[in-house]
Amino acid sequence: MEVLFKAVKNALFLLFTFDRDVYEIIFLTIKVCLTSTIISAVLGITTAYLVSVKKTRQSSLLITSINTGMAIPPVLAGLIITVIFWRSGIFGHFEILYTPLAMIIAQVLIAYPVVTAISLSAINSLPEKFIIQMIGLGANKIQLFFVVIRELKGQIFCAIVAGFGSVISEVGASMMVGGNIKGYTRVITTATVTETSRGNLELAFAYGIILLLMTFVINLLFVRFQQRKK
Amino acid sequence: MIIKKFVLVSLIFSALLMGCFSGNKTVILATTTSVENSGILDELIPLFERDTGYKVKVISVGSGQAIMMGRRGEADILLAHSEKDEESFMKDGFGIERKPMMYNDFLLVGPYDDPAGIKNSADILSAFRKIAHKETLFISRGDNSGTHLKELEVWKHLNIDVSKKRWYHETGLGMGETLNIADEKNGYALTDRATYLTLKKNLKLIPLFEDRKNLKNPYHIIIVNPDKFKKMNYEGARALTNFFISEDVKKIIRNFRQGQYQEPLFIPF
Repeated sequence: MEVLFKAVKNALFLLFTFDRDVYEIIFLTIKVCLTSTIISAVLGITTAYLVSVKKTRQSSLLITSINTGMAIPPVLAGLIITVIFWRSGIFGHFEILYTPLAMIIAQVLIAYPVVTAISLSAINSLPEKFIIQMIGLGANKIQLFFVVIRELKGQIFCAIVAGFGSVISEVGASMMVGGNIKGYTRVITTATVTETSRGNLELAFAYGIILLLMTFVINLLFVRFQQRKK
Repeated sequence: MIIKKFVLVSLIFSALLMGCFSGNKTVILATTTSVENSGILDELIPLFERDTGYKVKVISVGSGQAIMMGRRGEADILLAHSEKDEESFMKDGFGIERKPMMYNDFLLVGPYDDPAGIKNSADILSAFRKIAHKETLFISRGDNSGTHLKELEVWKHLNIDVSKKRWYHETGLGMGETLNIADEKNGYALTDRATYLTLKKNLKLIPLFEDRKNLKNPYHIIIVNPDKFKKMNYEGARALTNFFISEDVKKIIRNFRQGQYQEPLFIPF
């Protein structure tokens, strides 16, 4: 218990003294996770829409694959990206392994199925009448897409938040493809692991607390943003 | 809304890309968890980067994996402590140069009441034999790291097949985590001195057997062979090696956290 108490004190101290190392880690975490969330959102919502509209014989197989993708373990995503991008891999000449970009790609691999699956179930829940009506009112394909998204914005929003949650909390992929390099690819979760294995439990907890605080603030902004639009 | 998002994404993306393709100024150093956990590289690397303008990417894994990265050309320079693996790495032509950098030693740590009675053993062999004989819990790294291989060497010497023993647990984790597990479960473990000293404040485990002469734990720098891998940054690896064995760095290593632990974590060669 004493450790936790000290950790809270430590976390507040680091935040309010504007500790340079800690803020570097926080900004990198925000940058990487938000970028991957935005990319996953754009790709995921579009995929969900296309899968839902273009019903084919393979649809159920496709939906099952997407749902399976939701359960992809971050370390596996990390391993895939590592093997593809290391120097001897097929995309080795890009030299992006151990960079924030590699972390973003791995995180997209994690968040994309999450956003897609949740959006898909939302779009599928829409009564068919709604679509027919909109087409009847003269909506073209692109207008229809935006109307559907607007109609479901609450659930789509939920999908994006879930995607964000899956990447900000993951550690396996970031560790593997980012390399946990201090001042460059060390994010809050990997910093927590590092400090734990160094025996600095208070600092490790402090990072955990900072992560929760940060997620809280970002979610608060998300919710505010959504409510304002209503 | 969507257009705005796209603009934002492409902006962030291009900013990232610019930072990523920095070309030949990056050196990838693959090293072991024991070095990384001690924090010594956090002190040394910024000095090197400031003086030379290189960017060093420190990837900390077990020695086994570090050497594997060297064999695939994924790293430019290795800092490892796994003598046999290093020697075969050199013999197979994957490294062009191997230099000693620093050393410490291995310790056998265990619970305070020492259930296997290994204290005052004549040598490491008899200490390990007592643990096997009493069947007391032994926590192994199990990750092909230098420490793990050292431990396996001793078991092999004793002709004891530990792989199926119930008192022998493999964690598959780094030294720090393994020590914490041994501490919680009251088991014995073989550790390098640096990691033990770094974690000492949280541990109830105590060093029960040490032998500075015969349990020496040397760390070597290896430059990966540039003839084998086109993408390898030879100049950077060479510069970093020269830095690591310079007199200034030796002084920093010798004094590193001396005051905090009353003894050095590493001793330069």
